[in-house]
Amino acid sequence: MSELIRNRLFWPVLILVGLMALNVAFTDNFLNIQVKDGHLYGSLIDILRFGAPLILVALGMTLVIATRGIDLSVGSVVAIAGALACLRISDLGDQNSVTGVLAAVGVTLALTLVLGAWNGFLVAAVGIQPIIATLILMVAGRGLAQLITDGQIVTINSSPYKLIGGGYWLTLPFSILIVVALVALTAFLTRRLALGMFIEAVGGNAEASRLSGIRSRGVLVVVYTFCALCAGIAGLMISSNVSSADGNYAGLWIELDAILAVVIGGTSLAGGRFSISGTILGALIIQTLTTTVYSIGVPPETTLLFKALVVTIVCLLQSPAFRQKVVKRRARPVAPAPAPMSEREPVTNR
Amino acid sequence: MPRRISAIALAGVIAMTLSACGGGSTGADAGGSGGGDKLVMGFSQVGAESGWRTANTKSVQDSAKTAGIELKFSDAQQKQENQIKAIRSFIQQKVDVIAFSPVVESGWDTVLKEAQNAKIPVVLTDRAVDSKDTSLYKTFLGSDFIEEGKKAGQWLVDQYKDETGDVNIVELQGTTGSAPANDRKAGFGEVIAADPKFKIIASQTGDFTRAKGKEVMEAFLKSNSDIDVLFAHNDDMGLGAIEAIEGAGKVPGKDIKIITIDAVKDGMQALADGKINYIVECSPLLGPQLMDLAKKVVAGEAVPQRVVTEETTFTQEKAKEVLSSRQY
Repeated sequence: MSELIRNRLFWPVLILVGLMALNVAFTDNFLNIQVKDGHLYGSLIDILRFGAPLILVALGMTLVIATRGIDLSVGSVVAIAGALACLRISDLGDQNSVTGVLAAVGVTLALTLVLGAWNGFLVAAVGIQPIIATLILMVAGRGLAQLITDGQIVTINSSPYKLIGGGYWLTLPFSILIVVALVALTAFLTRRLALGMFIEAVGGNAEASRLSGIRSRGVLVVVYTFCALCAGIAGLMISSNVSSADGNYAGLWIELDAILAVVIGGTSLAGGRFSISGTILGALIIQTLTTTVYSIGVPPETTLLFKALVVTIVCLLQSPAFRQKVVKRRARPVAPAPAPMSEREPVTNR
Repeated sequence: MPRRISAIALAGVIAMTLSACGGGSTGADAGGSGGGDKLVMGFSQVGAESGWRTANTKSVQDSAKTAGIELKFSDAQQKQENQIKAIRSFIQQKVDVIAFSPVVESGWDTVLKEAQNAKIPVVLTDRAVDSKDTSLYKTFLGSDFIEEGKKAGQWLVDQYKDETGDVNIVELQGTTGSAPANDRKAGFGEVIAADPKFKIIASQTGDFTRAKGKEVMEAFLKSNSDIDVLFAHNDDMGLGAIEAIEGAGKVPGKDIKIITIDAVKDGMQALADGKINYIVECSPLLGPQLMDLAKKVVAGEAVPQRVVTEETTFTQEKAKEVLSSRQY
């Protein structure tokens, strides 16, 4: 039991289950999943579908944070990706042409790679602090997105593009399949190959890792580029889901949700270690929280307060120092000397 | 420390993306400068952030031409400092009248005072300022959001006047705290409150965006099995909700009646297609009224302190007729 509690993922899982239970209490058929029009339909599927872009952005953010960096520009990259893809598709003679859509998606993803490499260049080669380096693209990028869309909402009507964020394949939402594939790829690259160790080494001490033979600059550029690519795919999903690109609002504040998801998942902002499964749980907690707000009918005026309370509780539960204090106080009458918990929890899922 | 920096950075971004809109105000103080042979108007626009705004700009430019007014146009690109700069340059150029849509509500006293000292009358369009000294501007021309909400509510009351059972309504609000969201909600609520059969069973913010509109509607559809009517504070949220309703295997416009506000092109298309049932217009085409007011103000005639934009409503039939001639 104590083994279980000490697992880094124990508390995030507990919180997710708690939120689900709250939903079940308010909505009878919350856990129901039915097949409608040949695809799965239900609240749980919604959470996965709407959570998919956030999981992707948070996935890229996890690796960036593991290098003791941060990427504030993901929201703008989301907007740029949606804007460019929709603009290219709206220019097509036949919006349903698969090759045309694939070309638009290809060009868009290539652009996000360039944007990510730009961030990586500023951080690794120029040595600007990550928060400032990515702030540049955060501010300028939204302007770029508006420039692409001419300040308008670009509406398209393309069924192949619709598949990315709003479609289904073998009854499963296509966006979730994309997420599963990307997460599996990332887990393989970072946990089966040495890349994950390099990333953590750079996050622990960039200079020391460089002296030990790791190309820390190269690692940084790769990580920021990957983060922008994830954000770009998330941008495709978001715009595809509503068949339109909104340069002003697409992906607005998603960087904050992504950072929160990473932190809830147990990855330290101080860098040096990360947990992909934790991040996914964190993103799902945030999306479930959003759904909870809708389904139990929290008034919009108090939504932010409600979310703040939940996030505070989550963070307190996640803090070993806080838990230790609570456990000590409670345990004192029964057992005067409780087994001391380690300050830093053992890393179990490596 | 990094958190602090990000907080400051965010505050800057928030300030930039903030969009205020509307709100009533009063203006007094007659008088004004006499014009030369041709009236010159300095107009400072917020920016070009949406189709609505672009149509607004075009309307002002076109009607200035028609009215024989020389227009000095300046785009503030969402920044107050640009707008203040523009107004100062209008004062230096000694234009006859200044009109502008304030980017934000506050911080206008100094520059408006300068205009007043130069005896140049000021007209606010579309958005109000929160200045306590209402003598700083002549009049405020813009939409009445409460009235828009009332029109939406009135259509609902008329549609369901023979209905005896409960009418379950879900509402997609605009950005929490924004004037259009507050006022549209209040106006709508006031009208339907007259009959207890109208029940708002769920109301959440969709931030005026399609993506949020869809997401919230998906959740509504799951937590409420019986929804008769959707009231969305703008077309975009309604368009997102339509996708959610279709995804749930229901027919928008039939199984769930949809009322929205704005009447932008995509919304009007959906109305003509029968997916939306009723749209209350929030018109950006206030150019002709603005030119009319400007002439009166410069001539020293008294003008009302608050002028409401001329707006209409659209049913599905009417949408089909006017769709091809819509400017935005």
